[in-house]
Amino acid sequence: MSLYVARSPAVAARALDGEMIVMSTRDSTLFTLNEVATEIWQAADGRTPLEGIVEKSICAKFEVEPDAALRDAEDCCRRLAARGILLISEQPIVSGT
Amino acid sequence: MTPDVVVEIGGTAVRLSTEDPALVEILQGRYAGFITDHPTTVALQLKLHSVSDLVSGADDVRVTRSDGLWRFERSDFVAEWSPDTGQGTVRQALPNPYSIDTVLRILHSVVLAPQRGFLLHAASAIRNGRAFVFSGLSGAGKTTISRLAPPDVTLLSDEISYIRLSGDRYRAFGTPFAGELAQSGENVSAPLEAVFLLAQGPENRRDPVAPAEAARALLRNILFFAADPGLVELVFRSALDCVSRVPVWRLTFVPDPGVWEMIA
Repeated sequence: MSLYVARSPAVAARALDGEMIVMSTRDSTLFTLNEVATEIWQAADGRTPLEGIVEKSICAKFEVEPDAALRDAEDCCRRLAARGILLISEQPIVSGT
Repeated sequence: MTPDVVVEIGGTAVRLSTEDPALVEILQGRYAGFITDHPTTVALQLKLHSVSDLVSGADDVRVTRSDGLWRFERSDFVAEWSPDTGQGTVRQALPNPYSIDTVLRILHSVVLAPQRGFLLHAASAIRNGRAFVFSGLSGAGKTTISRLAPPDVTLLSDEISYIRLSGDRYRAFGTPFAGELAQSGENVSAPLEAVFLLAQGPENRRDPVAPAEAARALLRNILFFAADPGLVELVFRSALDCVSRVPVWRLTFVPDPGVWEMIA
């Protein structure tokens, strides 16, 4: 089953000097994403399956084995979703929902 | 009839109206350098009322918006203010300038956000026409660095700094919001030349701070009370924009006037 990810509308984000800084606009919690999380974040359009993001944005840029990369990416996405800054679904995520 | 007290900070004027002549006198003293008869902008207005039956459910400051009306409250005051009309009321159990001070800080933080500005827990000062901000939480040395300032330095605040984009540069404005120094800042402004993150240590030194780290430090020290996603996003964007335009340094210092040679 594919996993789809989208950026939460309740955050503000900006890359600064190579680091992605994300703030929850609900509770002002601040996050700094590492390189891999930043790649996922930037590619999280709600339409591309996570394995596609991993293949295109992570395996292509980092020396990492695809299965391990996907497992790590799923773990990363679930942690970000638990903090409310990423949405995850087994269906494509339509903007505004 | 008592006169209104118009307090203008950073180009935003707030007209304070009360029937209590004793409170007028207190406000005139407290905001002396910031009172104007001719505000440069249309003044926002707060009518101050003392009430015997004040009901607030908030021990700490709570700032909410409902149906277009802002509500600021704490155990000692309840204020409501409409951004559409620019008018509001402050109800206090007792005529208390500290409550008014808090209401003004909240109001300015709300008004500043769309103007690409913010209030920062920081001391600030002007030297040679350039403004310097010294940010840090309580105990970091804001009052100390202010006390050590040479005579040619103009203090903008030892506690709460007012920063706003003006043209294509960030600018620091004086505020009457004082900390331990118990001294109002001067009502002047200057382009922001540098931000220093304060740390006390065994020697005077300054080290550059990377923009991302600077942004995190600045965001930790911004005064913003409103749980309003739109305004939180504006403040976030202003803070990150500010550190991408203005150099940020970590200033480690011993309590010695020589530290100012490293500043400006």
